[in-house]
Amino acid sequence: MIYFNNVSKIYKDATALDDVTFAIETGEFVSVVGHSGAGKTTLTKMILAEEMPSLGTVFFESINVNEIKNKDLTKLRRRIGIVFQDYRLLSNKTAYENIAFAMEAVGKTEEEIASDVPHVLELVDLSHRICHFPNQMSGGEQQRLAIARAIINQPELIIADEPTGNLDPVNTSEIVQILKKINDLGTTVILTTHNRGVVESIGKRVITMENGKIIRDSKHKK
Amino acid sequence: MAFISFKRIIKGGFLNFKRSGLVSWAAVLVVTVTLCVITIIILLQAVLHFSLNQIKDKVDVAIYFTTSASEDKILSLKSSLEKLPEVATVSYTNADEALKIFRDRHSNDYPTIQALDEIGTNPLGAYLNVKAKEVSQYESIANFLKSDDALVIGSVSIIDKVNYYQNKSVIDKLNSIISGAQKLGFLVTLLFVILSIIITFNTIRLTIFISKEEIGVMRLVGASKMHVRGPFMIEGVIYGFIATLITVILFWPAMAWFGAKMTDFLGINMYDYYISNFFQILIILLLSGVGLGIISSFLAVRKYLNK
Repeated sequence: MIYFNNVSKIYKDATALDDVTFAIETGEFVSVVGHSGAGKTTLTKMILAEEMPSLGTVFFESINVNEIKNKDLTKLRRRIGIVFQDYRLLSNKTAYENIAFAMEAVGKTEEEIASDVPHVLELVDLSHRICHFPNQMSGGEQQRLAIARAIINQPELIIADEPTGNLDPVNTSEIVQILKKINDLGTTVILTTHNRGVVESIGKRVITMENGKIIRDSKHKK
Repeated sequence: MAFISFKRIIKGGFLNFKRSGLVSWAAVLVVTVTLCVITIIILLQAVLHFSLNQIKDKVDVAIYFTTSASEDKILSLKSSLEKLPEVATVSYTNADEALKIFRDRHSNDYPTIQALDEIGTNPLGAYLNVKAKEVSQYESIANFLKSDDALVIGSVSIIDKVNYYQNKSVIDKLNSIISGAQKLGFLVTLLFVILSIIITFNTIRLTIFISKEEIGVMRLVGASKMHVRGPFMIEGVIYGFIATLITVILFWPAMAWFGAKMTDFLGINMYDYYISNFFQILIILLLSGVGLGIISSFLAVRKYLNK
């Protein structure tokens, strides 16, 4: 599904990714671990075409992400759900509207929005927060809302960039369970984290990064 | 589909405006100040235009004919003058009327009237009063009178004198004052309009700067550019619309006061002017306000869209 071929990302005074090559298959749950600055976020940004590689190519199925055109970029992003460490919810929209916005973006009708949004909020246990704004919710609730927004359009891939970075252990475990459930339903998940405990609790493929390089991939180890 | 998107964009704009609270009203305030500047400029231009017209109206050129000039020839000259594109009006005063006007004007001046009575005959000739469309055009009219074309009707000159040459320096001075005032008015207008646009653009840019992170997130969740940009542009329309309403409402009592207190000083009743041109002013303000709002929002969002 995702192919990184000898990808490097070089900024003026630093190398964020150094000759990275790997592939992710459909339905996999891949955890990318490493310290801050190891290149995890740069890697996810390249899949979203937020950053372009200095060298090498990134493919999302048959799409060469490096050469994507503006109108195709929107289409690509609609196939991917994203969860950030800092939630990045729309602060002047309620929980309902935050999810509805993602549905409106892909052209869903009002009826579909009205029937799907309460359902997904129930799935992440936020039915009681439907009319609340993000700043009226706890960190864990905001992250669950972000996950609900990411999955509402049934994307083929979920990218969760340090989703548990700001959460306590109870909320962390809840978020991990939700992500595992999403993966069990067939969606590919890429999770970046620097928390070894999270990775161990998932027990799936782990890519370890250091200074922009992949130093270990549990898939090949097997 | 397009209709649903449009409806969502409109709804999004109104919701953003409502939820941004003070930030929205700050933007409305700045657009209102800009529209007030534009209104003041419109009204000042009206005062300037009115004053200049009054001055222009006082200028004319009189062509005095010899007493022997026949009325046919004078009327023939009058009609050829009227054909000139520079000429606005030509009025003819015959010798008898000229004498009557002279007597009326000097009715308290006994020696003059007595002298006139002693002559017995009418010493005054007929004259034509010529008004040009523009003050600057008197010279070309005077040149026309000097040329043969004007006098083709008779070989002997029937013109006694043309007072343009006596008034030339005054007319020239007036002409330069009028064109100077018009140029200055235009420059001041241009300067204020540019300043207002820059200030408004920057304020709207700041209101959108607050949302720059969210614009990025909207793009990442797959929203099209128009879906992101639309609501901000609708917000711009709302700023312009509300600012226009506030401006016309503010100027209503202000102009009533000006009309009551300043008409003698300005020579024009500003309240009457405001009321009689209300719809034109309203349209200018609405187009300026809404246009400024839309264009500023469009440009400000564009900066964050390509991420």
